[in-house]
Amino acid sequence: MKRCITSALGVAGLLALFGHAALAQATATDPSAVANAYVNAPHNWQMWFPTAGSPMMAKIDWLMKFVLWIMTGVVGFVALLLAYVFIRFRAGRNKVPSTVTHNTLIEVIWIVVPTLLLAVIVIPSINLIYYEADTANPYMTINVTGHQWYWEYSYPGVAGGLDYTSYMIPDNQIQPGEIRRLSVDHPMVVPAGKKIKFVISSADVLHSFYLPSLGMQRYAIPGTNLTQWTIIPKVGTYYGQCNQICGVGHDAMPIEIKAVPLADYLNWVKYAQANYQ
Amino acid sequence: MTATTHDHSDHSHEAHHQKGFVERWLMSTNHKDIGTLYITMAVIGACVGGVLSIIMRQQLMYPHNDIITSGAAWNAIITAHGLIMIFWFVMPALIGGFGNWFVPMMIGAPDMAFPRLNNMSFWFLAAGFVFVMIGLLLGNGAGAGWTLYPPLDNAQYSPGMATDFSLFSLHLAGISSLLGAINFIATILNMRAPGMTMHKMPLFCWAILVTAFLLLLAIPVLAGAITMLIMDRNFGTSFFEPSGGGDPVLFQHLFWFFGHPEVYIMILPAFGIISHVVSTFSRKPIFGYLGMAYAMVVIGFVGFIVWAHHMFVSAISTDSKVYFEVATLVIAVPTGIKIFSWIATMWGGSIEFKTPMLWAIGFIFLFVIGGATGVVLANAGLDQELHNDYFLIAHFHYVLSMGAAFAVFAGFYYWIGKMTGHPYPEFWGKVHFWTFFVGVNLTFFPMHFLGLAGMPRRYPDYADAFAGWNYVSSIGSIISGVSTLVFFYVLYAVFTSKESLADNYWGEGATTLEWAVPSPAPHHTFEDVPVIR
Repeated sequence: MKRCITSALGVAGLLALFGHAALAQATATDPSAVANAYVNAPHNWQMWFPTAGSPMMAKIDWLMKFVLWIMTGVVGFVALLLAYVFIRFRAGRNKVPSTVTHNTLIEVIWIVVPTLLLAVIVIPSINLIYYEADTANPYMTINVTGHQWYWEYSYPGVAGGLDYTSYMIPDNQIQPGEIRRLSVDHPMVVPAGKKIKFVISSADVLHSFYLPSLGMQRYAIPGTNLTQWTIIPKVGTYYGQCNQICGVGHDAMPIEIKAVPLADYLNWVKYAQANYQ
Repeated sequence: MTATTHDHSDHSHEAHHQKGFVERWLMSTNHKDIGTLYITMAVIGACVGGVLSIIMRQQLMYPHNDIITSGAAWNAIITAHGLIMIFWFVMPALIGGFGNWFVPMMIGAPDMAFPRLNNMSFWFLAAGFVFVMIGLLLGNGAGAGWTLYPPLDNAQYSPGMATDFSLFSLHLAGISSLLGAINFIATILNMRAPGMTMHKMPLFCWAILVTAFLLLLAIPVLAGAITMLIMDRNFGTSFFEPSGGGDPVLFQHLFWFFGHPEVYIMILPAFGIISHVVSTFSRKPIFGYLGMAYAMVVIGFVGFIVWAHHMFVSAISTDSKVYFEVATLVIAVPTGIKIFSWIATMWGGSIEFKTPMLWAIGFIFLFVIGGATGVVLANAGLDQELHNDYFLIAHFHYVLSMGAAFAVFAGFYYWIGKMTGHPYPEFWGKVHFWTFFVGVNLTFFPMHFLGLAGMPRRYPDYADAFAGWNYVSSIGSIISGVSTLVFFYVLYAVFTSKESLADNYWGEGATTLEWAVPSPAPHHTFEDVPVIR
């Protein structure tokens, strides 16, 4: 990590010193390294969602808490009823069982109240569905293609074209600052704060493009294009993994996305065109 | 519901018991013997599936573990675990096992409507088990997951016979279930004792009836999908091949059109058993009987129109997501009726906490937790984050590994005396319950956290950040494994017991017809037709 931050500082320093002429220099070092300053990765004993890396994830996090509080209430209520019944109506304390087998009012209540609870859940939930589907007016589009067992990223809007593959770094080649099973050789790099649309497909079997910290997931299906979108406000590195069984390398095709300032993104495009393809 | 006349008529049984082993067990037409065969199949299936799950948990105990080093072996194990637990443990235990044993007795019928069909149905299932084991062990094994999604299991990506064996094993299990379903429907609709109207029929029979209709409608769809898959693999068709104009998404629709009802096929018989156990040990008739029966009918019906909630991140339109989400949430209402009716049955009762009741109470509480996470997952917007990760694994093991399996054990402890004539050891039954309760909760509750943190399913190796909860989960699986050894001791104790039991050893709370016949139930019950008041 430290090494990467130093190099990012180095790039900035060079830019400051030599101005425009230094751009050529800058492309020799990876301009996306600026995203190493903030890493959004899972941590041990984690008990909740990742820190929201996108507005979509923030909405998912909110709805999850909303639904889970309601459901915790339901489970807690049932647990209380059970506990009361066990204490009050155990054979030792209640020797003669009642013979009541019907009570229309209570039967109506336990149909109506759950229905109302579901109605309360459904309204924000349906809003979220449409929000997640709104891929209109993106700043740029990236085509994502799943392969056995790597991802291919293609930037159709980039002058000169950019299409490269992204492989997991094998366990025995992990460098300090990299995360085993999550870091890749060529991450996807996007401009921070811009709406990115992903067009997701597959070249062979099913895969799933899954970014938990961004709240994104779509299957990669051969012969079909599915779309997703994100905005990543904070410069940093975000991780995901393939989430649909795709053969023996299913656990070895992670996703790494680096969100960088627009200027760094433009530099990175040149760098990637020179080094990734 | 009491039989006014019933005759224990033991006179003709000696002849049946003199049958040789081969004739009695391989050519059986007796519903109790076939039920016993099914239960034996379920015990074998549970052992194989359980050992596979312990192997998986051992591998996942530490990141970068080396128990399973080949991805192909891993995928074959996860696939076989899923298929075996569903088709060769839960279904034969609940439907073929307890269903065969107790549906005819509860409705006052002498046997199933089609005894030879019943025998054939069992042996198709046994043959299917051989096939699924070949699928696990042959070559690289069948490794597309129990959902069998193409293109991963087409001829290009899963070459070799193993996948064909697994697919055919589902055909065999499917035919078995279909024949069984036809048998149950014919038996329940036609062979009820005089006076036993549909609305007097015990809830377990209702549960099996609804389940049988689900099987009748769902299995042919699975059979069609699998046939197309086998054709794609072996005969050059392209139903699911995009390059030939097919679509893998079609398979997902067909599979889940079967697969979602399949979930209720596994849990409805469990609902039936729990109703009997709760009523018996509360010494009260079931609360809201009609609501309970029709809640199952509604669950069965709605279960058919929610299948695409398994495909929220696959290729379905946004508006379809809204529909499938709302339809799925609706199921929570009839399920709530069942939960609250069980509690209302206990309310005012005189509750005895015998082992079957402990399993039933455990079922109710854990099923509510699994149901609550089900409501979470039904939200398409949230499923986008949780689909296929460990939160989902936790959810469906709470309803299956704890729901359905707890009901299997509740039924076992409830009826083992009626089936063998010997009591189970109460102390060891309770030890089994508590160790299993702790074990499965320790195994599956941490999976919620892993899922929230974003750990995908079907991974033999994972990022180091997931190590903590995986370790806890693996410890839980060891406890469940030890608990299962306690269960085998219970089985041993039952079969070596010299004690015998009264007809109705649970007392006045147990009111259905199987308690009106001796323990063990004679080879042929109701040689004279019982009349129901």
